[in-house]
Amino acid sequence: MFKDKACIVGIGETPFCRKPGSGLTEMGIQLKAAVAALEDAGLEAAQIDGILPFPNVGKAEAFAASLGCENLRFAATLHMGGAAPVGSLHMAAMAVTSGAADYVMVPGGWNGYSGARVRETAANDVNSIPGGEIARDFYMPFGLTAPPQWYALMARRHMHEYGTTAEQFGAVALAMRKHAQLNPAALMHGKPLMMADYLASPYIASPYRLLDCCVETDGAAAFIVTTVERARDLRQKPVYIMGAAAGQPYPADEITNRADFHRTGLTNAAPEAFRMAGVTPADADFAQIYDCFTFEVIQQLEEAGFCKRGEGGAFVENGGIELGGHLPVNTHGGLLSQAHVLGISHVVEAVRQLRGEAGARQVADAEIGVVTGWGDFGDGSIAVLRR
Amino acid sequence: MSEQATPYDKPVPALTGLHGEFYAWCRDRELRFQRCTGCGRYRHVPRDICAHCSSMEWEWVRSSGRGTVFTWTDVVRALHPAFAAATPYAPVIVEMEEGVRLLSRVVDCTPDELQIGMPVEVDFQQVSDALTLPVFRRASVAR
Repeated sequence: MFKDKACIVGIGETPFCRKPGSGLTEMGIQLKAAVAALEDAGLEAAQIDGILPFPNVGKAEAFAASLGCENLRFAATLHMGGAAPVGSLHMAAMAVTSGAADYVMVPGGWNGYSGARVRETAANDVNSIPGGEIARDFYMPFGLTAPPQWYALMARRHMHEYGTTAEQFGAVALAMRKHAQLNPAALMHGKPLMMADYLASPYIASPYRLLDCCVETDGAAAFIVTTVERARDLRQKPVYIMGAAAGQPYPADEITNRADFHRTGLTNAAPEAFRMAGVTPADADFAQIYDCFTFEVIQQLEEAGFCKRGEGGAFVENGGIELGGHLPVNTHGGLLSQAHVLGISHVVEAVRQLRGEAGARQVADAEIGVVTGWGDFGDGSIAVLRR
Repeated sequence: MSEQATPYDKPVPALTGLHGEFYAWCRDRELRFQRCTGCGRYRHVPRDICAHCSSMEWEWVRSSGRGTVFTWTDVVRALHPAFAAATPYAPVIVEMEEGVRLLSRVVDCTPDELQIGMPVEVDFQQVSDALTLPVFRRASVAR
């Protein structure tokens, strides 16, 4: 559909922090990332005529007015939680190749540590949680209130059906932490992790322990998509969008009554994206997999087709997803050990790898990379990128 | 109930619409699910239309109340202030004989005692004059 016709031409990222907080509003921190992306691309704000903001900044109009995008003509917000940034990458590619926009800005970020905590969303604003009235009326009265609890139900079932182990969850946590040691911007840089530490960390919502959970963070990132033709005049070597797709589990608004309990948005989206790209998962030199919790990495590796369902645990063991393994995953440290910025930093890291700018954590000669998003009750998005 | 001296402080469902009808049956100590009169399929959570045959005709049919534990999580650290004093507790998905699943709790065992496949049967927990929650107990009789 739009294979190799659209590309990412600019990336921007703020520093990541927990205490004492960013000192910026959630709009402000995303504007800061957007300005960095414009600078990276060599574009002026007035050239940005499409914006796909995360729901927390409100309407694109306010973002455009603040940034100086006086020619805005294409705007939308995807309600897919952490799957939104990569879903927006998909939508941006469609927009620029159809002519709906010339340059699309995708910002994302929040004060995830100093502001409202995502884990407490249900206590603060029940209307903003996935499932809405279903969660309010059928989950929350029984104490199912937060993301690690929703996904723990899936993780437990996977362990039961496929024999996936705590040590395999731990292998994901260790790989992300190992990569963070090569990334000075990561919150967990300088804090190595051993399996014994992982196994000794307290349960939050079993089978999830504390160290299965990502790090709530203040931070933001942004990227800019345009056509290959327009990219020729810009500052950076473009990163081409070979394929992209988004998908939903079924039913998407209700976790318990899924005929196939392990089917996620990626189950349908990944084959579509690889088909468009004309490559297979085995062709990827790395993958940035949305890692809100450890098991979600295992599950997405399976559903995206990097291995068969049930084999994800073995796939991540023995350094399999570490740099030097068969598929380096989350080379920046991911949500688990770099920062939880809604997965948009996974796109930024994929671009850095394909530009050859990843420094000590560079995947040698990286040519093709995959990035995924996961959100709400299992919404999925995926992009296959190349240099 | 001795706890009625303190008002119920946990999240409660809105007792309106189809969700309210589900809980109205619970208040009568009956677990009922919608069954499509077009194709006969049970469904949960309540919806206006059958996703299989598009029929908008349905009836509330009483469940056998029997099911098995499908999966669960043991919440050790509460992530909602109303449940801070309740930990550890375990939200459980129960797969009912009718084929539908619902999220609930098993109230007569600790999280450590839960097992996938464990037979359970429905019971009811009146938490206020207006609200009774469907909960589960370990099945008392082998079957």
